[in-house]
Amino acid sequence: MKLNDEESDILAGKMGSVAQQALQHQMKVGEFFGAEDFVPVTQAHLMADTESLGEAGVQWLEGLAATDDRRRLVRIPTITDPRGTDFANADLLGQTSAMLSLERRAISAFVKLGVAMTNTCINYQTIQAPTRNEHVAFGDTGVVIYSNSICGARSNFEGGPSALAAGLTGRTPRYGFHLPETRRATLRIHVEFTPTTLNGWGALGGVIGRIAGNYWSVPVIEGIEGAPMSDQLKHFGASMASFGSIAMFHLVGLTPEASKLDDVAAPGLTSHRVTKADVDELQSSYHTDDQVDVVVFSAPQLSLFELGDLAELCEGRRFTVPLLAITSPQVKPDADRMGYTARIEAAGGNVLSGMCFYQSYAREISEAKGWKRLATNSAKLVNILGGYGYRPMLASMESCVDAAVNGKLART
Amino acid sequence: MKAKVFRARHSMGRIVRGIALVAHDGFSARYDLDRINGVFSRPAHKLAGQSYVGKILVLDTAKGGVATAWMLHDMKSRGIVPLALVFNSVNPILAQGAALGDVSMLAGFDEDITAAIPNGAEVEVNPQMGVLTVVA
Repeated sequence: MKLNDEESDILAGKMGSVAQQALQHQMKVGEFFGAEDFVPVTQAHLMADTESLGEAGVQWLEGLAATDDRRRLVRIPTITDPRGTDFANADLLGQTSAMLSLERRAISAFVKLGVAMTNTCINYQTIQAPTRNEHVAFGDTGVVIYSNSICGARSNFEGGPSALAAGLTGRTPRYGFHLPETRRATLRIHVEFTPTTLNGWGALGGVIGRIAGNYWSVPVIEGIEGAPMSDQLKHFGASMASFGSIAMFHLVGLTPEASKLDDVAAPGLTSHRVTKADVDELQSSYHTDDQVDVVVFSAPQLSLFELGDLAELCEGRRFTVPLLAITSPQVKPDADRMGYTARIEAAGGNVLSGMCFYQSYAREISEAKGWKRLATNSAKLVNILGGYGYRPMLASMESCVDAAVNGKLART
Repeated sequence: MKAKVFRARHSMGRIVRGIALVAHDGFSARYDLDRINGVFSRPAHKLAGQSYVGKILVLDTAKGGVATAWMLHDMKSRGIVPLALVFNSVNPILAQGAALGDVSMLAGFDEDITAAIPNGAEVEVNPQMGVLTVVA
């Protein structure tokens, strides 16, 4: 990779050992993908739940944080994805003191590195959305696909080590979605059905993600009616990224780089048709039981609007199985002020913040709480939790609330 | 008999030799693995129930989220990590994870590498030369 003078100084250790290690890591990745140079980035978003980090990852972070040199600090705004717990509700999740201790150590290390503990995967709704052509280094696939597609910003999937490295060096290798040519469509999708529910948007994203199939695929999608809301596109993108490892899509006439089809698509691209039956089939394939042990709204964290809708559905209800609604630390105080939290809790639910269900030792939670059959309106969550030993089921928010009341998930 | 050699466009890590565990399926450490017991745990995965520890995984593509970037490092520290990763295509997360976890990796072949390598074959991963060789 070509290095400028500043990068050469970082590599030589003149900016401190932490930045030096960070740049070395970035060069390994950049050279792997054939990056010619680095591109400056303005923000980094860091996924680092302790289930993923493990003891080894936390020790690695503590090693960086122990450096007696203020040059260990990040040099651009660097924020965090959800943590592995909500300390106030750890007992509810059956989490152990060892898990919480590891979490505290990780947080302490991040703070010493200058990382801002925002603990959110909806930073584009709550902290600061990136702007068109802004180069950023974002983790959480849902954040990346939203930022690339809806905001027109430029980011690859930056896992925790690389996002932290970008925070420490203020740059990232220029490859992938930082390059205009990678952002052009590789396949066309014609949608014959525009969902109205969040689970429907998630299921549609899942179908398209499966068709597209890998990180380097960029679907351009035609046929969406109306102008989807941020929460709908949040579930759509997060699910597409989860099912297909997709980092970017275009909606013709809606997203900023595709005001018309030929802005992003060359003639002759492979074309696919997606029908309502495809979306229904994905959803019904997860409906493997009628009984429900737990209802979870998470992945991505809920917006204030979603919590408002949930509070409305909880009115006058009494839950017989646990219902967890998980949001960001930025949204939670507003939900408290608006009375949403109280209304959800009055029905027997719980509102948690700063974590995400699948990033919080989901396997151990299942074993501790006896939760296997899980209902959610998040397609992303059902895609992930199978590997954790759950039988996840996808349904509307309304059906999930009904399931929390009577313990059964109605078939639709 | 001349050894079969496959050239990769992307490579990282050290030379290793081991037994190939092959499937035309995707890979995510979070989605697919029981990282406590060292086996594929997603019921729908073609390698469900099989141990990945010390194997050279030959798979189609990277799936899912960003957690693998940390998880390979943690798995390595606990001795329950694949010996190497050989994929038709990878996303940045796998490359970032392999870089931090010091796991050898090859990706990008002219043919479907999951069809070319027999399951259980002994193979050598040579990132310095960017080649995968079927030894036996």
